[in-house]
Amino acid sequence: MKKNFTFILLLVFFSLSFIILYLSLNKVETYVPKKITNKNIIKFSAQDLFSNQEVDFNNLVVKDKLTIINIWASWCQPCRNEHPFLMKLADNKKINLIGLSYKDNNKNSKKFLDEYGNPFSKVLVDKDGLISINIGAYGVPETYIINADKKILKKYIGPIKKENYFEIIGHANEIN
Amino acid sequence: MKLIKFFLLLLIVFLLSSTKIFSDENKILVDKISKNLRCLICQGQSVYDSQSEFAISMKLLIKEKLDKGNTEKEIYNFLKNQYGDWIVYDPKFDKKTMLLWGFPLILFIFGGILIFRKVFIY
Repeated sequence: MKKNFTFILLLVFFSLSFIILYLSLNKVETYVPKKITNKNIIKFSAQDLFSNQEVDFNNLVVKDKLTIINIWASWCQPCRNEHPFLMKLADNKKINLIGLSYKDNNKNSKKFLDEYGNPFSKVLVDKDGLISINIGAYGVPETYIINADKKILKKYIGPIKKENYFEIIGHANEIN
Repeated sequence: MKLIKFFLLLLIVFLLSSTKIFSDENKILVDKISKNLRCLICQGQSVYDSQSEFAISMKLLIKEKLDKGNTEKEIYNFLKNQYGDWIVYDPKFDKKTMLLWGFPLILFIFGGILIFRKVFIY
């Protein structure tokens, strides 16, 4: 009786372990710390894609607008998928969209914007990815929603989807 | 005059070699730090092992911070602040990681009791 009980207990334990491990094998999850929001975005400056001049990001944050930093690259396919949403966001007068070109060739970045449209009020260049890593990014595409106090309200890893788009619009509408 | 030239040359050689030693030291530190960092977009790889864009930029960032004079601890703290405690392989002991640290100990004690019973009691 005792032997049977131990056997069943072991069987349940191993079956459960197997199921948990098997399920987690198929689950691709990028870890995002909860405390990323409500933190101040770090100070940085970068080269402007078009004028080649050094731009201080602090000067780009406008009081009466929601600032959005979108990290993108011409070689990134998901960036192409989210681009129509960025174009729509650019139409909103309460949104100030800033692009950060990640590890890209300037010529290719310009070509991409010519082809798909330029939703950004400013495009900054992050040649070696250092700025992105400094602000806590994982890769491309990634989007940061920043308020007038330069606090991160929200971070989207991966392409912007329809629900994210409406969420951003919601944030923008909260601005008086 | 020759003596001055000699010392000047010696000084230049010394300066050059000390910069080299310094940069070598930093390289060792970059390797050491990146070995203790988890590549957050890879499957089971450290930043040191990975060749992903994320890891390459991360190594550059560590080098830049060391060149600026940041200490190892300051770099870990900065990265933990940006990416959370998960980025380091050696998580600190707190309420959330209690089970992680305590579980092997519990298993060890439990296993010890089992062996003890088997060997000395039966």
